Amino acid sequence: MANPKSAYSVSTKKEKTDTHIIVVWVDNEAGVLARVVGLFSGRGYNIESLAVAEVDAKKNISRITIVTTGTPQVIDQIKLQLKKLVPVHKVADFKRNDKSVIFKEMALFKFVGNTNKIKKAVNACKKFNVVILDKTKKSNVIQITALRREIDKMAKNLKKFGLVSVSRTGAVAMTRGDKVFN
Amino acid sequence: MSKLFTGAEIVFKCLEDQGVEFIFGYPGGAVLPIYDELKNHSSLKHILVRHEQGAGHAAEGYARSSGKPGVVLVTSGPGATNVVTALTDAYMDSVPLVCISGQVPTHLIGTDAFQECDTTGITRPCTKHNWLVKDIKDLSKTLHEAFRVATTGRPGPVLVDIPKDIQFAKISYSKPKVKKKLNGKSLNQFSQNQIDELINLMNKSKKPIIYSGGGVINSGPEASEVLRELVELTGFPITSTLQGLGAYPGDDNQFLGMLGMHGTYEANNAMHDCDLLINIGARFDDRITGKIDEFSPKSKKVHIDIDPSSINKIIKVDLSLVGDVKDVLKSINTTLKKKNMNLNKSNKQQISKWWEQIQKWRTKNSLHFKNSDETIKPQHAVQRLYELTKHKDTFITTEVGQHQMWAAQHYKFNKPNRWMTSGGLGTMGYGLPAAVGVQIAHPEKLVVDIAGEASVLMTMQEMSTAVQYNLPIKIFILNNQYMGMVRQWQELLHEKNYSESYSEALPDFIKLAEAYGCKGIMAEKPSELDEKINEMVQFDGPVIFDCRVDPNENCFPMIPSGKPHNQMILGPSKKEENKIIGKGKALV
Repeated sequence: MANPKSAYSVSTKKEKTDTHIIVVWVDNEAGVLARVVGLFSGRGYNIESLAVAEVDAKKNISRITIVTTGTPQVIDQIKLQLKKLVPVHKVADFKRNDKSVIFKEMALFKFVGNTNKIKKAVNACKKFNVVILDKTKKSNVIQITALRREIDKMAKNLKKFGLVSVSRTGAVAMTRGDKVFN
Repeated sequence: MSKLFTGAEIVFKCLEDQGVEFIFGYPGGAVLPIYDELKNHSSLKHILVRHEQGAGHAAEGYARSSGKPGVVLVTSGPGATNVVTALTDAYMDSVPLVCISGQVPTHLIGTDAFQECDTTGITRPCTKHNWLVKDIKDLSKTLHEAFRVATTGRPGPVLVDIPKDIQFAKISYSKPKVKKKLNGKSLNQFSQNQIDELINLMNKSKKPIIYSGGGVINSGPEASEVLRELVELTGFPITSTLQGLGAYPGDDNQFLGMLGMHGTYEANNAMHDCDLLINIGARFDDRITGKIDEFSPKSKKVHIDIDPSSINKIIKVDLSLVGDVKDVLKSINTTLKKKNMNLNKSNKQQISKWWEQIQKWRTKNSLHFKNSDETIKPQHAVQRLYELTKHKDTFITTEVGQHQMWAAQHYKFNKPNRWMTSGGLGTMGYGLPAAVGVQIAHPEKLVVDIAGEASVLMTMQEMSTAVQYNLPIKIFILNNQYMGMVRQWQELLHEKNYSESYSEALPDFIKLAEAYGCKGIMAEKPSELDEKINEMVQFDGPVIFDCRVDPNENCFPMIPSGKPHNQMILGPSKKEENKIIGKGKALV
């Protein structure tokens, strides 16, 4: 603020932020996603990606996976505020660099162009569990699953091979080994 | 087959089973079936307000003064949007409200029907939870759940939106079963180890302070009793937030007065210099902490709160005890008595120097103001009101602004639930309807709204409600013709550019009172003040008291925020210390 006059408080120091993956188990009911997302927007937290779907049809439970960045204090607040929501059952939090947790995002790529180029593109995607979903003489739709930054990189690099359309999901997460979060 | 009831009947059955006695509401198209049913339920009294915001604040006043949840009934669309301010106010100040709103029939939802709005969407961020009942089968369960959510944990407002067709639909009704499990949201999470750790800190402390807040009030009258016991056992000084006033007797020697932006010099300096800070049911609001980086720099901090998300939200603490204040304090007291029979003595010696320091701060007499024989000083008016009403069990509500701070500074509260003010949201227009709700809950008691002339005009229409129900509320207006707090900030921080803060063409409050059918009293000179106040108190009926006060008076002391607690500015009688200069000016 150039001339703050009656500004009540001015923010001072900047703290280091980390990227976290927050997993929330909620009752699958009307408006529940709006509650969770509204909590983030209302309190100024940021959402990098979001994935949500019902995981238990019998108990009516949905699992929401949110990638967010914030200072440790903000991440703590996010968890505690989420736990206060009535339809929220439990909340888990992982650091993005946590080796004991698997993070995956999926992307669909559409290539249009000559077969040679498309082949090269598919080859380049090989290590990301590439699946060819649709194939014509002039085009290909492929699916890859990878980390966010890997998909970012591929989306950038494959332009030269005729990548015309990208559709991607938010991250989903699961712990390694036999441990189940409760 | 069991008897079938309409949705409207079920609403009343639920309210009756919840022990509700009063509903504050306003009818309209989408709640007509519920209003139609009202005549069949004599145990429930409906209070007809003049604006839905008034219903919300009246329910807040009722809830805060009685400890019971307030119930609001409004129609769809404008009915619901008008109550949003009150819901937000209740959310900020943790007041339990259950708001029932009508909605257009389910088949019209989403069609931009007449008086339709996305009520659950609009109220989502200002309620603890809300529900749109789309199936009659869910109605009774939802209503009972609504009461549970509003009143458990950190209390707050909830809203149940009921479409008109659901109010007509029929179903059987059964009484609510025992409590549903809390989704793992257990309330008391503190352990004996934590209590022991706290007592260890208390034993070591040489400069302790207790800082108590609205959580003590919300925890019930018993919490205030155990708080008093704790303060007596330890000999520690105690200060209180705006919302916490009354939990500890305002005239007790161990009480340092309110803290924060307009708190006393001794309370704020004690907060700054202490080595142990025990926060009991308060939330480190920005009007309390001032500059965060320099907030109480040398202290170990302990936080007792029922809401885990309050812990470390603003101020990082060394020890947190999550639980109901009453239960935590009881455990502390029990342990203190059991383990530390001599804490009483040893501790009081240990902190005697601290008390000497506090006495030095007290000699500053920071609430002092220069009185006058010519014009009524607003502080003097509050002091006289206090002196003339303290022998009664008086309930005070306020609007928001200078008068609110003067009331907090100069009216001494000795019991909890006697002080109703809009702290978190700072809603001008809160006090008059809140007084209506307080008077409903306590028909025999004296209820005074200490008001400003600007605030009170925002909800003045509720005088009509007071007259209709013979509620003898006293609206004590400190009339300085300015939006006083705005004017004060403009004077101190915006080069006396009094932009739009002067109210021209104020109504004649005496005539206004008469127009509403109540009594108007005016006081212009200090010499007539006592007599007029007595006249107001003795009058059996609602009164609007136009107390003409000095328009230029400012509210001191004051922490220019962005400043730490030990850099308060004091009133004009301490002129040499009263300059806001340079950077401090920028940060108020």
